[in-house]
This record gives sequence, structure tokens and C-alpha cells, in this order.
Amino acid sequence: MTTTTTTTTAPPASGRTEAQEIHFKSNRNAKIRMYIGLAVLVIWGLSPFYWMVVTAFRDVGYTFDNSAWPTHVTLDNFRTAFSTDRGNHFGAALVHSLIIGIAVTVVAMLVGVFASYALARLDFPAKYAVLGVILGASMFPGVALVSPLFQMFTDFGWMSGANYQALIIPDISFALPLTIYTLTAFLAEMPWELEESARIDGCTPGQAFRKIMLPLAAPGLFTTAILAFIASWNEYLLAQQFSTPQTQTVTVAIAQFTGAQPHQEPYTAVMAAGTIVTVPLIIMVLVFQRAIVSGLTAGGVKG
Amino acid sequence: MSAVADRTSQPVENKPAKKSKGLNAGQGRRGLLLVTPTIIFLAVIIIYPLLKAIQLSFQKDAGLDPATGLFVEGGSAGVSNYTHWLLQRCGNVSCPPGTIGAQFYDALRVTLFFTVVSVVIEVLLGIWFAMIMNRDFKGRGLVRAAILVPWAIPTAVTAKLFYFMFAYDGIINHLIGIFGISPQLWTSDPWAAKFAIIIADVWKTTPFMALLILAGLQLIPGDVYEAAQIDGASKWQTFTKITLPLVKTPLMVAVLFRTLDVLRIYDLPAILTGGAGGTTSLSMLVIKQKNEGFHGASALSTIVFLLIAFAAFLFIQFGGADVIKRPPKSEKAAPTAPVNPVAANATTPGA
Repeated sequence: MTTTTTTTTAPPASGRTEAQEIHFKSNRNAKIRMYIGLAVLVIWGLSPFYWMVVTAFRDVGYTFDNSAWPTHVTLDNFRTAFSTDRGNHFGAALVHSLIIGIAVTVVAMLVGVFASYALARLDFPAKYAVLGVILGASMFPGVALVSPLFQMFTDFGWMSGANYQALIIPDISFALPLTIYTLTAFLAEMPWELEESARIDGCTPGQAFRKIMLPLAAPGLFTTAILAFIASWNEYLLAQQFSTPQTQTVTVAIAQFTGAQPHQEPYTAVMAAGTIVTVPLIIMVLVFQRAIVSGLTAGGVKG
Repeated sequence: MSAVADRTSQPVENKPAKKSKGLNAGQGRRGLLLVTPTIIFLAVIIIYPLLKAIQLSFQKDAGLDPATGLFVEGGSAGVSNYTHWLLQRCGNVSCPPGTIGAQFYDALRVTLFFTVVSVVIEVLLGIWFAMIMNRDFKGRGLVRAAILVPWAIPTAVTAKLFYFMFAYDGIINHLIGIFGISPQLWTSDPWAAKFAIIIADVWKTTPFMALLILAGLQLIPGDVYEAAQIDGASKWQTFTKITLPLVKTPLMVAVLFRTLDVLRIYDLPAILTGGAGGTTSLSMLVIKQKNEGFHGASALSTIVFLLIAFAAFLFIQFGGADVIKRPPKSEKAAPTAPVNPVAANATTPGA
């Protein structure tokens, strides 16, 4: 504190106690402002989600009750969400999304882990060209894939029946660049000396990677897999264009949810469906918050 | 894969003296081998369809020929699919209002409007959020988890949720009613609908922006601020002279990613307004057109792609969004880096 006041070029003489007083006050005000800010942040993040969950439990007749607490609580909306009476196939769509999400994640991880290792670790010709291509791919507008792929998939006969590949393959176009960026950032921060000493002790590069580096990289791999899965689970444009009735995903199912009568929006049932789709992700976010944040920022800031 | 890697590195084994350099000899071939599957995948999934789209965009859509009244099977269209959108030509006349062809500039305008307004709001709010989260407080993890919630909710669900909240009898009209504002037709009124989309987008993506900026903030060493405080810098000076310049690169990367995201926006307007109130984005227009004819849609999607590529180029070239050189360099840059300064030092005194 003394050093602060002595070196300050601000008002001399009585400046000292005044400065301390100001410092104290601004400190307290800053604290109050910080807590107000934190409250805004939490309300920002949670309030629409809260509204979705509350509405999901509201009786249809009280859809626009608009009271902060759920009155007339019921589970009917969840039953409606899963019922197939009105041509909705929400339950099946959950299974489709799960199949597609897992397949996309597995393929993107299998292919991406090799590329990420090379990008994080090895020096090779055209490395930055490769990075540029991957970066370009991650910025690519999905809509540019729609008409050519639609024609190709129609020619292959994939646009009818349960052809999951028509959804998995385009999804990889954004899951793979995302995987590589996140994973490369994780791998670049690993202590490579361990791999080197393993190599000196006689491991081949493959052995060193499998036995030493993979276990160390496991948290990064896991986080990347979560991010890839969430991205695929949340995808809408490609899912809407390439899904058949037998492969419709949850996002498409929710967007197309129909009510008892045409043009009547079944708000409460849609909110119930939305809650079901979202809650697993929210739980994942709560449990792996730290890892997800580091994954997002690793891919974003460094990649 | 590992078997291949094993073989290529055999000759290296006997010179471990040069540490990382020696052990990694042969890495050129190994590196190329390891990235090959990715390149093949991206070529098949992205580059081939992109080239195919460009090829399709120069062909005619099959349909009735207005001149003869006969069904024609396509053929070369020259650049007519592009003049159709860019010059608003439908055949030999300008596109009649109300047709898909006539909507190009409206869609372009509204997409740019979304982009500019959303990104500006997200940057300002994102910086504020990041600065709050950068302070020391208990329950940091909980706050971060809370603001990750909007990010984790699928956009399609977000759109449905806001569709419900923006309903005429919905909570948002109810809440603004408390302040004496009359209820809005959020999903159909031309202005309200645009802002409904922006509000939903800002809600969903600001947290992501904030996290990226926060990651940048945390790289700034604390003693920089201490020094500024000692020198008597004001809060505002500290923010503009220290925080902003030091956080510039991650901030620009975040802005780049968000800008390109909004330029291709589809789910949110498609589900929230369905294009009502003049909210048809470029991507929505491509999908609308696709149902009419692949070739016109291919030309439009190529235009969208070029627009996004151009925006990315501007950001990376002039905006300081240094995304390619920064990433995973690891130590590889280190051996070469000292060489350059030496060379630079050697030449500058002479010059």
C-alpha cells in the first residue's frame, strides 16, 4: 500500500489517507457490482431453461399461466411427447440421435486422433496447408453441402429407409474439424518428455504413443468426444435435409412436433420433449464443466 | 496405423543424442501419413460436394421452358443461375416480387443485419461476462456451468423455447407489460421478429463468446495490472490500454467464429419465425430454392460460401484473427524461432 501511495503521481500532501479511503470504497463497490454481475450471469443462463422445465410440468390448460412457480403440476406432457398418436416419433428419434451421435463421435475421434497427433507433435511438409484446410472446413457453411449431397444420396438410394449413413457422413464434416482442433490443442500441452524417454528406453513410436501418451491424453480425448457428441446431437440443418422417417433425429422431431389439431402448437408437450433432450446435456455440463470449458477454449482460442 | 509409423522411424533409433530432433526424424513422412485419412475424409465430405455444387450451378434446372412450353432436361446454363440471384434476372425479365428469386437481396440484408447486431451485442456482453468471471469468487464452477446451459441446449430446442416465450400470451409479453410496453407480435412483426431472433441468438451464444474471452483474460499476468495501478491508471485506461490489446487475438478469433456462424444462420430463424416478417436468412433461401431446383440452389449456396470465405479472409488478413499460425506449434517452432531473430539481428544493423 505504501509503495502505491508514494509512487503515485496523483495529488500529493493529504493524498495518502484519501487514496486509501477511495481504494477501500471502490473495493467494496466493486464487490457489490461483482455479485450483481454474477447474479445477472446465473439468471441469464438459467431462466429460459427454468421456464422450459416449469412449462413441461404444467397442465395444458395452464400453458400461459405465467406464474413463476408451476401450478397444476402434471406428467401428462411427457406422456404426450412420447405418444405416437399424432404422427410424432419422439422416442424413436431419441434412439436415432443416439446412434448417429455415437457413430459420428467414434469416426471423428478415430480419424481425428491421428491427425491431431501429427499436427501437435510432428513437423511435416504442408502442415500449415493442412491446418488451413481443417480450419476452412470448420467455417464451411453446411448449406453448401445440401444440394450436391442430396443428389448423390438420392442416386445411392440413401434417401429412403433407415440409412443412417446419409446423416452420419455429412455430420462428420463439422465434427471432424472440431475434434481435430480441440484435440490438437490438448495434445500440444502434453509433457512429451515422457514419450521421448520411452523412445530412448526402446519403445517404437507406436508403442510410446499407445502405452504412454494415450493414457495421459485420456481426459482430453474424453472431453473432445463429449464436444463432438453434443455438436452432432444438436445438429439440425443436415439432419432435417437428410433424415428419412426412419432416421429422424430429436432436433428435427421437436421442430416438427404437431398438436392435436392442425396449427395448434402443443407448447407444453414440446417443452417436455425439449426438457428430455436437454437434461442429459445439462447433467454432462454440470459434471464435466471444467473439462468442457477447457475443451471449448482450447479449440477456440488456440485453434 | 501404428505399424506404418513403426516402420518409417526405424533408422532413427541409434542417435538419441539430439533429443527431440533425433527421435522425431522421419516425422515428415509419418506426419503426412497420419493426416492422410483426415484429408481424404474432408475431400470426400466437403471438397468434392463443394466442387460438385459449383459444377451444378452452371447447369439449368429441368423444367418447363417458358418459350416453347415444353419440358426441358437442363443442359448448360452458363452464368444464368448467378445472374438470376445477383442481377435478379428470371429468364429475360427481372424476377417478379414474391418469388424466391426476388428475395436474394432481402435475405442478404437481413443476414448481414443479424450478423452485425448479434456480434456487436455478443462482444460487449461477452467482455462484461468474462470480466466478471475473471474475478475471484466462490462457486466459480457453478457460475460457469450456469452460463454453459444455453450453449448446451440444441438450437432447435432453443428456437422452440423462445417461440413459446415470445408467444402473444407468453412470458416475454407478460414481462414487458409490467413496464407498460404493449404486447408484440414477436414471431411475425417485421421488426419484432428480427429482434426475437437476435435475442435468442445472443442468449444462446454469448456464453461461448464470454468463455473464449475469459480464456484470453486469464493469460494476462496479474503484475501488469499491478504496475498500471501503481502508475495511477484509471479503470477505463487499464481496460482500453491493457486488457483490450492483450485480449485482442482470442477476442478476434471469437468474433470470427461467431460472425461466420451468424452468416450461415439457419435453425433459429427457420424454427422461430419460419421466415415471417422478412427474416428469411441466406441459408433458409438456399433450402427453399433447393425444393424448386438444385441448380439455382447450388449457385446460391456457392454465393453463400464465397461470402463466408471472403469474411473469413478479411478477418484473418486485417482483423488480427490469427488462427492458423497460433495453434499447435508446440516445440517445433522453438528450434526455428531462435534462428530468425539471429538472422534479423544480423541484417538490421547493416540496413
